Amino acid sequence: MIDDDFVKSLLGGRDFLNLLHQEDCLTLSCDSSHLVSFCEHLRDNETFDLLVDLTAVDHGVDAENRFSVVVHIYSLVHKSYLRIHVDCPDNESPSIPSICGVFPAANWHERETFDMFGIVFDEHPNLKRILMWDEYPYHPLRKEFPLAGIEVPLPAADVSEVTGAAVDPAPMMGGPFVSSGSSRISESEPRAKDESWTEKTEKPV
Amino acid sequence: MSTTVKEVQVGDVGARAEMHADDGKMTLNVGPSHPTTHGVLRLLMELDGDRITRCEPVLGYLHRGDEKIAENMTYNQFVPYTDRLDYLAPLANNVAYAITVEKLAGVQLPERCEAIRVLICEMARISSHLLGMGVFGMDAGAWTPFMYTFTEREKLYTLFEELTGARFTTSYTRIGGVARDIPDGWLPKVEKFVDELPKALDEVEKLLTRNRIFLDRTEGIGTISKEDAIAFGITGPNLRASGVDLDLRKDKPYSGYEKYEFDVPIGTRGDCYDRYLVRIEEVRQSILIIKQVIATMPTGLWYAEDAKKIFAPQKEKIMTSMEELIQNFMIVTEGPQVPPGEVYFEAENPKGALGFYLVSKGGGVPYRLKIRAPSFCNLSILEKLAPGHMLSDITVILGSLDFVMGECDR
Amino acid sequence: MVSDEYGYNSKVEGEVIVTRADAVVNWIRKHSVWPMPMGLACCAIELMASAASRYDISRFGMEVMRFSPRQSDCMIVAGTVTYKMAEVVRRIYDQMGDPKWVVAMGACASTGGMYRSYAVMQGVDNVVPVDVYVSGCPPRPEALLDAMMKLQDKIGREPAVKNLSKTPETAPLS
Repeated sequence: MIDDDFVKSLLGGRDFLNLLHQEDCLTLSCDSSHLVSFCEHLRDNETFDLLVDLTAVDHGVDAENRFSVVVHIYSLVHKSYLRIHVDCPDNESPSIPSICGVFPAANWHERETFDMFGIVFDEHPNLKRILMWDEYPYHPLRKEFPLAGIEVPLPAADVSEVTGAAVDPAPMMGGPFVSSGSSRISESEPRAKDESWTEKTEKPV
Repeated sequence: MSTTVKEVQVGDVGARAEMHADDGKMTLNVGPSHPTTHGVLRLLMELDGDRITRCEPVLGYLHRGDEKIAENMTYNQFVPYTDRLDYLAPLANNVAYAITVEKLAGVQLPERCEAIRVLICEMARISSHLLGMGVFGMDAGAWTPFMYTFTEREKLYTLFEELTGARFTTSYTRIGGVARDIPDGWLPKVEKFVDELPKALDEVEKLLTRNRIFLDRTEGIGTISKEDAIAFGITGPNLRASGVDLDLRKDKPYSGYEKYEFDVPIGTRGDCYDRYLVRIEEVRQSILIIKQVIATMPTGLWYAEDAKKIFAPQKEKIMTSMEELIQNFMIVTEGPQVPPGEVYFEAENPKGALGFYLVSKGGGVPYRLKIRAPSFCNLSILEKLAPGHMLSDITVILGSLDFVMGECDR
Repeated sequence: MVSDEYGYNSKVEGEVIVTRADAVVNWIRKHSVWPMPMGLACCAIELMASAASRYDISRFGMEVMRFSPRQSDCMIVAGTVTYKMAEVVRRIYDQMGDPKWVVAMGACASTGGMYRSYAVMQGVDNVVPVDVYVSGCPPRPEALLDAMMKLQDKIGREPAVKNLSKTPETAPLS
């Protein structure tokens, strides 16, 4: 049972942990240097042994701590989830230790987080891109990357030679119409955020 | 002795083999386009004769950027994208996504809406498992069960079309309810379908379950132990076939599942045959649940009436009353207003536990939506599972894991 | 073959029909189009449904869905083509023998569909030449069968005999 005694005993003596909230499940924040040992303790002593998800959140280009990795673990005994937020210390080249040794399920999740955000996981056995092709230069889920994409050459050079195709930014005109809702209604008409740009055409403001 | 590599050009799709002269192993590329019908998965395999020594799956051939798209759309505009995640059971994905957002928004649903959602989730489960088993039979070499299960699925498609307007990719749920109420005369048709389904299921079982060839191809193949299954994050029928009792409908019931009585089949050995048996039994249990839902279907509304900034009011009121008109305008242009916070919710989908992690900073557009796809996690065990088996076992293993690349790559 | 393509007078010719070579070649080709299903995403399920018993594609002679490009005539691109997959689609198209046709099934294959994002190629016609586009998300099996019938009409209008001596327009990969 996840009750106050459980939370107290979990946090007791571990000053690298902070209780953030318990609205939908127990949410803690953990220091990146103690992550691996805490996960081992959770798996061996507290029956939290099913890693369900590992992902990251980009808090914006101007945020103080830009990237934070979010880990969700499930316990079959307590029948409840546990969420751990881990802030990445560096904003330019974020990296945290990998928990593949504790949970083998984390292997592919960490590869995906690296692919989408550029967060490096130390001592990961095979940190390669998994969803985009290996030579893709950008990390798509970062906030400054446009949805439409940036022009890069097609991964297979011979195909692009013959067909003339390239990875072009997708046309956003007529795209999802969303209103920003922050200013007066007359100024926040729903319009597609036309974000397609290349080196030749400037990004529209 | 220097290593000589002899390149052999084989004209067939996806097979280019290089022979290593020193250790005799062959690299085989089962390319993204291949006869097993699970979608675009590429396997880089190293073979020692006919035995697999290394198998590395390459994903990403269907990565469409759903999570980035979600950051640019309102909550209701994203519902069609959830259809196309696990495109064999689109209604179940819709329900899981809607419940996630409703949890964060704090919306309480009326009982009829919850019962409708349980009904369509179970019908989606039947649809997905029927296709999974038909294709599994086809992977093992049997063509007929595929035809039988597809005939049953066509009947389901007709029912879905009457309810939602589309055969599949239904986009039926909205945040705060469902798109429209059940039409008159639909529930008796569903009841007739589930009354006739056990007969068709028996025919498929007669062809496969005690079939000597099928047993030889699936028993003892692809055995996943309990510890491995938990360590690799596997959920759903694959996990239950390995002997772990985890079913989110029983352990963390959502949308009124606690009102219905059903059993959860658990396997013993964790091989391909067990996974097949678990799925067949789950279809039978879904039939029971559907019968109970139809017998006890509550009356009432199919949407949350008090969710003022979240669910658009009814058309008659919009056309006649000013307040409802403005409400509808705000919800359609700015999106359902969800308070800031984060939530993680998993639903028991036919393929496993489909989870949505939603971070909202207020407003009608999510800040971050992570889709925890069951097929992504189920497939990660393939690297450990495949070595030691024969080459022809790979199709059977892939068929029994029952994954869908639309979900895996998002 | 339509009646203006052949002449037949039983008293004169007996059991011989006089026609054009084009008409015969096209008639044979269009009634046994063997599709190569490039089933990538959700449209593949509708493709399988059109091959199943309710919307029988076998009535048109097209049930031979071999996954080998060497043995097929028509590539049905069913589903979203991402940039990572585009190379594979092109290579398989090149491995098909002439004459070959391409059907872009569904919104994603025709123009990128509702996925306007960094990873989706906006239409498979960026890498292969397409003959018939089918709209729908996914198109109903009847729509796909209608598209195959339009493809049959298109095949019927081809100058088959002249094409026999021509080199293919699209350069294959080396």
